[in-house]
Amino acid sequence: MAALVIAEHNNGALGAATLNTVAAALQITDQVAVLVAGRNVGAVAESATRIAGVSKVLVADDAAYAHLLAENLAALVAALGRDFSHVLAPATSHGKNYLPRVAALLDVDQISEIIEVIDTDTFKRPIYAGNAIATVQSSAAVKVISVRATGFDPVAADGGTATLEVISTAGDVGLSVFVDEQLSKSDRPELTAAKIVVSGGRGMQSSDNFGLLYELGDKLGAAVGASRAAVDAGYAPNDMQVGQTGKIVAPQLYIAVGISGAIQHLAGMKDSKVIVAINKDEEAPIFQVADYGLVGDLFDLVPQLQAAL
Amino acid sequence: MKILVAVKRVVDFNVKVRVKADHSGVELASVKMALNPFCEIAVEEAVRLKEQGIATEVVVVSVGSNAAQEQLRTALALGADRAILVETADEVSSLVVAKALKAVADKEQPQLVILGKQAIDSDNNQTGQMLAALAGYAQGTFASKVEVAGDRLKVTREIDGGLQRIELSLPAVVTTDLRLNEPRYASLPNIMKAKKKPLEVLTPQALGFSTQSTVKTLKVEAPATRSAGIKVKTVAELVEKLKNEAKVI
Repeated sequence: MAALVIAEHNNGALGAATLNTVAAALQITDQVAVLVAGRNVGAVAESATRIAGVSKVLVADDAAYAHLLAENLAALVAALGRDFSHVLAPATSHGKNYLPRVAALLDVDQISEIIEVIDTDTFKRPIYAGNAIATVQSSAAVKVISVRATGFDPVAADGGTATLEVISTAGDVGLSVFVDEQLSKSDRPELTAAKIVVSGGRGMQSSDNFGLLYELGDKLGAAVGASRAAVDAGYAPNDMQVGQTGKIVAPQLYIAVGISGAIQHLAGMKDSKVIVAINKDEEAPIFQVADYGLVGDLFDLVPQLQAAL
Repeated sequence: MKILVAVKRVVDFNVKVRVKADHSGVELASVKMALNPFCEIAVEEAVRLKEQGIATEVVVVSVGSNAAQEQLRTALALGADRAILVETADEVSSLVVAKALKAVADKEQPQLVILGKQAIDSDNNQTGQMLAALAGYAQGTFASKVEVAGDRLKVTREIDGGLQRIELSLPAVVTTDLRLNEPRYASLPNIMKAKKKPLEVLTPQALGFSTQSTVKTLKVEAPATRSAGIKVKTVAELVEKLKNEAKVI
């Protein structure tokens, strides 16, 4: 039994979710290989060999994988996957894009966003926006699994001594072309990896007012998130959305400001260790999950909080 | 071009689901069902492409029980031309649905297939990608903008750090993200007209695929509940609690 983990990486650095995915793979087997596919990925592959617990790093260096296009990457992973009992990828937007394609090419069902490994073929995963937890068992020859990063503590990025193996690649299957990317620039910690997250909802009333949260976030070293209502109203960009259809976070501290707490939002943050809610409506559902609630006007309370820190 | 749109009947997104006492699943009897929200966005996009004169026909398809005819009628009322139900009483996995859609696509030969990015019941986010793989089509997942340019498709996708633009050859599969469009409501006259639109019922046997799955659900449980918190009176009290009680700052 051996597992293949597909590394997440971007611009020459290994993505944090890779370490959580390796952690999940190590709960299944001690034979874990990591695939680094991309263009000019020497440095990423090098850092992958140092991940604790990884025995082998496979490197596929080809222009066809430069932007992790699903058509090219899935063809590569499906061809490699036949030699493994498990293929795992982080449930990031990249992983969610190519992994089901891999599963279908291998003619097996995929198990999405596992949060717990029970044994080598049994896993737990949330369904219905996290309102139920299903225990599922796979009889597939190759188990294709995406891993919710917040469900597993990351392994150490250093200390491993994996061997490096360059593999031959099939190249471009010719179905899709990358045009460009517009990435939001931010000096704050990445939302899914931050220890503290400050999120705003419709109660923020404008994108200018989100400035209050950015200031509070900077004071706390926190990432800033948003509810769907705030994103749809144009107060914050899409990639800041926390919830069932946005990012799933589980920080040490989650501060929800002007967020009512709809089911879909709670699905993205209710595994946070400590939840603080600031809302003027004391009946807001968010108070049912908050460890500490503060009822009042956020425009008074947020600056006060910032000053008190 | 002909567009195929896949729709799913799911529990209404406002319903707070309850796990069954025997842990076999969630309580679905006498719960309000609806069209999956992402599927509504998929239907809307197809209808808009038809209104722009780009699409000639919009065919909606659903895989599941006979009751899914209700959601197909909804899609017809929103502007789809005809509907296909692949009827099966079995619980179907995403891979099985993808195989059903592949069989329908082989029959219908669409230029574009639009699906929602995920169903809000299983939260799988798999079917569109799997269909693309089985059919050998390109895929544009989590789309927030779609443009047809000749025999190419320009898709803007929502990715973790922002947006990505790609170009696909047709035929292709697109899965919709929330911000692709705002779905319209069905008007009463359109709901009446939808009753007369054609709805064909097919079976897995007729289409030649198996509903066997490699995954089975052993148990469904309620998530761990959080213990009730407290309300603090002042910011000073909050900061004190966070520092000394919760020790998170």
